Amino acid sequence: MDGAMRTYRNDEKEGAVSDTGYITADGRQIGGTLMELRNITLKFGGVVAIKDISFDIREGEIRAIIGPNGAGKSSMLNIISGFYTPSEGELWYKGAKRPPMKPYEVARMGIARTFQNIALFEGMSVLDNVMTGRLTHMKAGIASQALWWGRARDEEIANRAVVEKVIDFLEIQAIRKTPVGRLPYGLKKRVELARALAAEPSMLLLDEPMAGMNVEEKEDMSRFILDVNDEFGTTIVLIEHDMGVVMDLSDRVVVMDYGKKIGDGPPDEVRNNQDVIDAYLGVAH
Amino acid sequence: MLYRTAGQFKTSYQADQALFPVRQDAVLLAIILAFAWGGLPLLASEFAFQTLLIPILIYSLAALGLNLLTGFAGQLSLGTAAFMGVGAYACYKMVTLMPWMNPVVAILLSGGFSAGVGVAFGIPSLRIKGFYLAIATLAAQFFLVWLFEKWGWLYNYNASGAIQVPNLTMFGIYVSGPQADSRVQYYVVLAVVMLMTWMCINLTRGTLGRTWKATRDMDIAAELIGINLMRSKLTAFAVSSYVVGVAGALFVFMWRGAAEPNLFDIPLSFRILFIAIIGGLGSVMGNYLGAILIVGLPVVLGTVPEALGIPISSATVEHLNVMIVGALIVFFLIIEPHGLARLWALIREKLIIWPFPH
Amino acid sequence: MLNDIFIKPFIDMVEAPDFLLQVLWEGLVSGILYALIALGFVLIFRSSRIFNFAQGIMVVFAALTLVGLHAMGVPAWICVILTLGVMFLLAVTIERVVLRPLVGQPDIILFMATIGITLFLIGLGEIIFGGENKVMITEELGIPTDSVVLEPWGGLLILEQKDITAVIVAALLVVALLLFLNKTRMGRAIRALGDDHQAALSVGISLQQIWVLVWFIAGIIALVTGIAWGARAGVSFALEVIAYKALPVLMLGGLESITGAIIGGLLIGMMEKLFEIYWGQPLLGGNTETWFAFVLALIVLLFRPQGLFGERIIERV
Repeated sequence: MDGAMRTYRNDEKEGAVSDTGYITADGRQIGGTLMELRNITLKFGGVVAIKDISFDIREGEIRAIIGPNGAGKSSMLNIISGFYTPSEGELWYKGAKRPPMKPYEVARMGIARTFQNIALFEGMSVLDNVMTGRLTHMKAGIASQALWWGRARDEEIANRAVVEKVIDFLEIQAIRKTPVGRLPYGLKKRVELARALAAEPSMLLLDEPMAGMNVEEKEDMSRFILDVNDEFGTTIVLIEHDMGVVMDLSDRVVVMDYGKKIGDGPPDEVRNNQDVIDAYLGVAH
Repeated sequence: MLYRTAGQFKTSYQADQALFPVRQDAVLLAIILAFAWGGLPLLASEFAFQTLLIPILIYSLAALGLNLLTGFAGQLSLGTAAFMGVGAYACYKMVTLMPWMNPVVAILLSGGFSAGVGVAFGIPSLRIKGFYLAIATLAAQFFLVWLFEKWGWLYNYNASGAIQVPNLTMFGIYVSGPQADSRVQYYVVLAVVMLMTWMCINLTRGTLGRTWKATRDMDIAAELIGINLMRSKLTAFAVSSYVVGVAGALFVFMWRGAAEPNLFDIPLSFRILFIAIIGGLGSVMGNYLGAILIVGLPVVLGTVPEALGIPISSATVEHLNVMIVGALIVFFLIIEPHGLARLWALIREKLIIWPFPH
Repeated sequence: MLNDIFIKPFIDMVEAPDFLLQVLWEGLVSGILYALIALGFVLIFRSSRIFNFAQGIMVVFAALTLVGLHAMGVPAWICVILTLGVMFLLAVTIERVVLRPLVGQPDIILFMATIGITLFLIGLGEIIFGGENKVMITEELGIPTDSVVLEPWGGLLILEQKDITAVIVAALLVVALLLFLNKTRMGRAIRALGDDHQAALSVGISLQQIWVLVWFIAGIIALVTGIAWGARAGVSFALEVIAYKALPVLMLGGLESITGAIIGGLLIGMMEKLFEIYWGQPLLGGNTETWFAFVLALIVLLFRPQGLFGERIIERV
């Protein structure tokens, strides 16, 4: 392990996290490190959006990133999904340092995501939208596709089966042939989750999955998130504004403010952190 | 009532993914095809072949090619005619260099050349978006037409600067050139167009089609869910240019019989764009409806006043035609921006649930 | 071969500097006209996000109306006023019939609609005025038609007075336009609309009025361009093809930048002339002006996707 790693370890509260994983409050076993961000800094011209942030994400956990508006949460997610390249710092994934890559390459490494402002393909049906989540798994050549024969047809059927499972799981069977443009907001969010799940990712990034939802929709979404984590063992990283939801859902929370990390740990610990309370109540900087 | 889908159950994904999940669609298509192969050729006159049937098919195919790029992959192109030109000149060079070559094979191969040129001019699409790209495709349009004119090798250094389609035979029958029969050419065109359409439908409903549509609808999201935008856009340019190139070869070899460089100038590009738009971007069938309208309209305008005994000069008819097409484009955009195909889809939807409104 | 490409043209330029100046002057005059047409595009694009393909045909239409009215015996200056009236009517009609029903449609739909307008105007113009070439009423409008002969370095440089007039009028028009956009209430409203549609609407700017106004200004620009170009090359539908040249200008200058349109226009006008004379004609068989501007713009955009004057866009999710 290099120096950066060690400094980071020293920042952590000893004993809370060990290399082999930990047991959550509700008794689930969390595995080793899946991703580790080391001293990440992101600048746009002169503006520093993220300043020297380090944290890790462990296999099977639900990791939340919270913070006031403009804290740099979405930028953080964009770095993880490869949309932004950090100006400084390293990103380790599955035990190897990740070189700068295109977003599509990141997606092919098993990282799927949803978006703050829904980013569905409006011109396609729900089924087709969810099928796009399988694109990284489909390899048939163009000739096979043009003739609808051999590999292309087999893949089409096999992947349809996977997609139908996701559709069942998220209970959107009835709308599978509806163009997404016609759906209400809450359902669109669910379709977006379906598209991300269809990729069978090892890590799922959720950018404000419950923004703009009513209480009932939030409860549904929370249940889906927990079920996904439970049933497929998917590691989940989520950004959310609703503090109540975050505290209930997540195993560990990173708190950001003005591009800096001001807290990291289990929800209860973070809740009582003075810096975090100040950030949310608005103490003068 | 005719369109009731009740009672048609799918028991496998394969059945649900069939080309025509609704039985009535298949029946309707079968009737149209039977008519196209059997009925029309018996009824049609030489005039109908030359002014309606053959051009409608060829224009439909060109519009389909453009539609793959613009309607499905969202990359607006204003240079379609130039790529048709590449197909036509490539085909001409092949059959004059290798006279033994089967003309239909030559036509299908000529699309490959235009695909190559299409990819080259598609590279800017990786960095340029929207209208900027549309203007960039005009670079292809003007440059290629200039090249057709200046590069003598392309037209075998003819004094006229034009290409003349030679008499070519297939299985002992003339299929192109002055000796070919319109009916034979019609069948060749119909077969090629059917084959291409079938393959295009398969492409657009499968992996590639979804990749293109995702790129069109939201390119950033597409990239973040694992789509390689470069591949997606360049395959769209390649496949689209291939189809357009084949249409261009058919255009000259099966219909016009000769071509000068300015035949592939910008008005032809626009004509094909109109067909694709009026028919419906992002639709396969729409191209046929659009072509019927755009090709059929001048014929109707040319014959109706005469039949009614109204004296109009042919120049006026042409100008009126341009005006009406312009007005029609605006009209269709206002009543249904998604074109004739969407209009048909709405009617079909109504028919399926008829007599109930919902 | 390399000598012909990289060395000989420059030797030619140095050996006959008067000829080089002549070429640059010709390019400058074309460039001014490209810039004017591009300006019409930019105005409409900024205020309504419409890529107005009809700008080119508006030039032709304005020039045809002017010449057509004069042929009916109307005095020249009254023709100008009447033509302006026609352009205003056109602006109102386009706003009412085409733009208003299409508010909020995707950009590509509006773009297509302007192609529809283009076709309609071509057909209409041909029916009313006929398709043949006409002569611009240059002298009747009081534009001098003599030429100024200069002798720099003992050579020969001929400047047509009508070209000089065109350059001056174009410059005045641009200044007037900039003043209008920056100093008047309406002008500021137009710019506000360009920045944010909904915000502009919410502070009480009327979309309809602005659109009519902007299309009318584009019409005025079209008339000036039509007169200037008509004086050089006659009035015909071929002018429309020249209007395509404004498109690479827009690519270079950026769709929203007025300065970009002007500088881009001058740059393209001069560079395509230089290329044609020193490289195109000796090496490529000539007529390269049909494509040079597009290819140039394309190459520039490959390295600077935002154009020469556009700002870099940070993409967000």
